[in-house]
Amino acid sequence: MIRLHNVSKTFGTGHRAVTALKNIDLHVPKGQIHGVIGLSGAGKSTLIRCVNLLERPSTGSVFVDDRELTGLSGAELNQARHRIGMIFQHFNLLTSRTVFNNVALPLELMGMKRDAITERVTPLLDLVGLSDKAHQYPAQLSGGQKQRVAIARALASRPRVLLCDEATSALDPQTTGSILELLQDINHKLGLTILLITHEMEVVKTICHRVSLISDGELVEQADVGDFFTAPSTRLGRHFLNDFLELDPPRALVERLETTPGEQTHPVVRLAFSGDAVSTPLISRLARECGVDVSILQAKVESIQERTLGLMIAELMGDADDTRRAIDYLESHDLNVEVLGHVQRDA
Amino acid sequence: MSSAMLNLILEATLDTLYMVALSGVISAALGIPLGVLLYVTRPRQILAQPVLNGVLSLITNVGRSIPFIILMVAIIPFTRMLVGSSIGTNAAAVPLTIAAIPFIARLVEGALNELSPGLVEAAQSMGATPWQIITKVLLPEARGGIFTALTVTAVTLVSYSAMAGAVGGGGLGDLGIRYGYNRFNPTIMLITVAILVVMVQAFQSLGDTLVRRSNHK
Repeated sequence: MIRLHNVSKTFGTGHRAVTALKNIDLHVPKGQIHGVIGLSGAGKSTLIRCVNLLERPSTGSVFVDDRELTGLSGAELNQARHRIGMIFQHFNLLTSRTVFNNVALPLELMGMKRDAITERVTPLLDLVGLSDKAHQYPAQLSGGQKQRVAIARALASRPRVLLCDEATSALDPQTTGSILELLQDINHKLGLTILLITHEMEVVKTICHRVSLISDGELVEQADVGDFFTAPSTRLGRHFLNDFLELDPPRALVERLETTPGEQTHPVVRLAFSGDAVSTPLISRLARECGVDVSILQAKVESIQERTLGLMIAELMGDADDTRRAIDYLESHDLNVEVLGHVQRDA
Repeated sequence: MSSAMLNLILEATLDTLYMVALSGVISAALGIPLGVLLYVTRPRQILAQPVLNGVLSLITNVGRSIPFIILMVAIIPFTRMLVGSSIGTNAAAVPLTIAAIPFIARLVEGALNELSPGLVEAAQSMGATPWQIITKVLLPEARGGIFTALTVTAVTLVSYSAMAGAVGGGGLGDLGIRYGYNRFNPTIMLITVAILVVMVQAFQSLGDTLVRRSNHK
């Protein structure tokens, strides 16, 4: 539904040129909610603006609904944009228009008749739960309500795709939750394809099916959300995940960690397990079958959409052969094992 | 005070109102579009035209930097060509209008510049054409700011029109100079000033009301 092919974007020219995006390849199939996560300045905003050509890519091509937008004339592009809804961090509602007339705006732009507009707007206000606010002005609404109006407005032209530019970043956690629920609802009910950018893992965790990680204008990692939360494959991915889960080894332990094993050391491992592994008593079996003791330093169970994810930092106590066998044993049971370092035995 | 004098004052007041209204309406009709053009042709704006923008901006600046009293005298041939005379209220309205156009244009440009760029971006994402962005987003959203600009202009025109009196433009300024200053009649001078103060107050209150009504922020 959305396809970016080798998209790059450079601002400015000569030695003052800044590359915002480098060779981006991204495909979002129909009905998917795809999240792009990254730190500020990583290029998220530019990326999402390249999808509806608010920013024109320097090179590469953009397809939405099998139409190459990068090849369209101005008028054709305006037509194509009717099929792409967009919502923003700061809502961008017109203060001079009522809620009703804000939602009506894209339909007016399409030249729709007043009666038809009313017929279209009324159920949309119903969908976002703001029927009673139709004749109020945006200034009278809360942040969450404003974003609901923006969502209704974005849906008015019956788009195939919805772009969300940090749509919940200006909202408090509770309101964020209700907006995400609404987006998920729309995704289910209308089969709408959603591309969102965010710096919040919570957003990815709650509604995304798939996630891309952007850093310095490059997509460094793409994965299904369940896999990403179990085992991110890049350092940045792990950084985001650890930050989000607040699962970093205790400071006292970190200071004692050594990178290479010595004669008298125990490995400290970070275990991530999902699916069946969560309900299997692996730790006690590990103790029995491999003859190692397990000291749990930190543990957490998270539910990521329909999947349960267990995370643990533990010290494996035993001799070198036993601990190596223990790690093999865990890996053979589909656990993701990462050796964080080694600590001295009797420390 | 004689009734002839009162008549003179009334006539002068109406003359001033006439000059302000005439030049105000024409300069708004030309200055608002110029202000919009100054804004939308800026670099990275919806109709970016850096060269055109530079030229318009230069003309506007030149217009704004000529002192009104000099402008009035300098364009006398043009005024005469346009209204057939260089004295009287119609003649005074010509330099007033020419002075007010760049003034309004810059104020309107400023009002548009106050708007969040996100509004234009949102409209573009909906597939709005530049014309639609101007008529459905920029102008309605800047309505309050534009009313403020028009109010400031009207007040400025009142004081400029008094200056026009100095060169035979008629109106309250003319009256104040001829009767109050040249004939040493402080009463007339005071009355003239008082009427101008009331006029400015009235324009300001009217403007404030319009601004308040159009703001839903």
